[in-house]
Amino acid sequence: MNKVKIIIRGIIKENPVFVLLLGLCPVLGVTTSAYNGFGMGLATAFVLLMSNLVVSLIKNFIPNKVRIPSFIVIIASFVTIVQLVMEAFLPDLFDALGLFIPLIVVNCLVLGRSEAFASKNDTFSAVTDGLAMGMGFTMALTALGALREILGSYSIFGYSFVEGDGMLVFVLAPGAFIGLGYLTAIFLKIIGER
Amino acid sequence: MAKKESTFANMVLTLLMVTAIAAFTLSMIYNVTKEPIERGRYERKQAAISFVVPEFDELKTRFFMPADGRDSLEFNFAYKDGELVGVAVETYTMMGFSGYISAMVGFYPDGTIYDVVHLQHEETPGLGDKIQKDVSDWSDQFQGFDPSEKTLKVRQDQGDVDGITAATITARAYCDAINRAYLTLMKNLDQIDMSLEE
Repeated sequence: MNKVKIIIRGIIKENPVFVLLLGLCPVLGVTTSAYNGFGMGLATAFVLLMSNLVVSLIKNFIPNKVRIPSFIVIIASFVTIVQLVMEAFLPDLFDALGLFIPLIVVNCLVLGRSEAFASKNDTFSAVTDGLAMGMGFTMALTALGALREILGSYSIFGYSFVEGDGMLVFVLAPGAFIGLGYLTAIFLKIIGER
Repeated sequence: MAKKESTFANMVLTLLMVTAIAAFTLSMIYNVTKEPIERGRYERKQAAISFVVPEFDELKTRFFMPADGRDSLEFNFAYKDGELVGVAVETYTMMGFSGYISAMVGFYPDGTIYDVVHLQHEETPGLGDKIQKDVSDWSDQFQGFDPSEKTLKVRQDQGDVDGITAATITARAYCDAINRAYLTLMKNLDQIDMSLEE
């Protein structure tokens, strides 16, 4: 498959959040600010990229019946690596994301790409796909985080632009659903799917 | 290359290999990151201690059980020139909006609060995170607060602490954590060395 097509598909046509609606638990949970959304997106993108790479490299050595447990072990390893490295070198971000980092393991987006794409395609395509999906995911999380931060705290990436407390609902959980709903609608309208 | 057959031996071998390699890689990473993680935790704690007590040159650590008998609290006694100048107490509460909150509370030897800084919390960003020093100056009101004269409760509970707008539960929990440290300090006052004996 054409590499450019894979990238466009990952970011726009099959954007994991706005089109596939995959991995919504971290999407709704951590996007209280643009910085948190961006950090979580990058962490997931790294895991996606690395697990796609490894899965496509060893796909021929894995018997079909045990492929899912093997993939999960690979994904869980990379998630643990991210968690350890983040706690060691980015403690502030680790404090903010905390609980959600281990949950990347059960993010169906990561296993989904390993199973549906990386285990059936060559290594270079798999890496491209992981990168594209990761970028799409990061962009979606940053956008939702920015929206909630702007409306909820009147600030962006921690820089306050208006004094005041903002609309509380956007900081709390319901705001995540409302924000995601509107962003999804706008996104699908722009790319002309609906 | 043909795909491997799903025979029993193949499956066992593959899973064994995958898990062994994963375990080996993780143990390597763990060893590399172990030191910076522990150093980071230690430094953050030391920074919190020196933030909540006056200048000191010697630190002694002891543990005391709080009155309600849950986890023990860590008391860090700060001495300068052999005299007790402050006590930094690592305290906690389970009453936060998301449960656990821990904080470092510093007292003068007479029980007046020097300062308070949070250690760990999962309160709502934008609301409950106002207990953080870098987010809001809300917790500055505890500086010089004398719990023997004032009540460590928010105003809604007939106390003397200003609440946080839209985050009363968090403010209430923070008062609970500070109060736990204060009560435990008072209970064990007779066991504390006011000056170091050589």
